[in-house]
Amino acid sequence: MSDLEAADARPPRSSHDMGGEPAGPVERTEHDYALWEKRVDALLVLLSRKEPRLMTVDELRRNIESLGADAYDKMSYYQRWIHSIGQTLIQRGVITIDELGRKMAEIERRREAGEL
Amino acid sequence: MRAAGKVRPRFKPGERVRVRRAYPPGHVRIPRYIRGRTGIVERLCGAYPNPEELAYARSGLPAQPLYRVRFLQREVWPDYTGDSTDTVDVEIYQHWLEPVPAEGLS
Repeated sequence: MSDLEAADARPPRSSHDMGGEPAGPVERTEHDYALWEKRVDALLVLLSRKEPRLMTVDELRRNIESLGADAYDKMSYYQRWIHSIGQTLIQRGVITIDELGRKMAEIERRREAGEL
Repeated sequence: MRAAGKVRPRFKPGERVRVRRAYPPGHVRIPRYIRGRTGIVERLCGAYPNPEELAYARSGLPAQPLYRVRFLQREVWPDYTGDSTDTVDVEIYQHWLEPVPAEGLS
C-alpha cells in the first residue's frame, strides 16, 4: 500500500485494479481454444458491429469488473466474457432474463438427452 | 469527427500534470496507484469517446483527449528499489489530469 493509499478513507479497491498488489509470475504457455470459446469470441465481434451496435467493449469490461472478487479470480477468460455478454444484453433490453433462462434450460435438456 | 465533438487538448508534451485524486463509484478508468501522482506529458495520443460513459451505453461524446503520461517509479512507489531513473507510462484521459502550478514543482 502506497502512502497515498493510507492517507485517506475511500471505497475499497476493485478486484481488477491490481497495480502494485503482490502477484505471481506470468504464465506464458500457449493453449488451444475450445469451440465454445471461439463462439464466444465471434459473438462479441458480431454484437460490437457499428450497425446495429448492441454492445461496446467498455460494457464488456464493466460487467466483468462487476463480478465479485472470488468469481473474477476463479472464472476463466471466456467464462467472464459470456457472463458479461449476457448481462449487457439484459441491461440493454436485447434479451430478457426469462428468454435466456428458458433457452439455457432447453439446451441443458438437449445435452442431457445426448443430442449435443 | 467535427471539432465540436471533441474537447480541446489542454496540455502539451513536456508539461507537468497531476492525476486527480478522486474516488467516485462507477466504471473509473484510472488505476488507484497513480491517483495524486505528478508526471510529465509524453505525448497526446488522440481524442476518443469517454470509456467511463461508453460503459453505460452512452455516447461518450464529446471525445476526450488521451495522453501518455510518464512518472518516475520512485515517486509512484515509495519503497521502489530499482534504478532511480526508471519510469512508468500510463495512458490517461484529460478529465483525470490537472495542471501543476509553478510553486508546486519539487
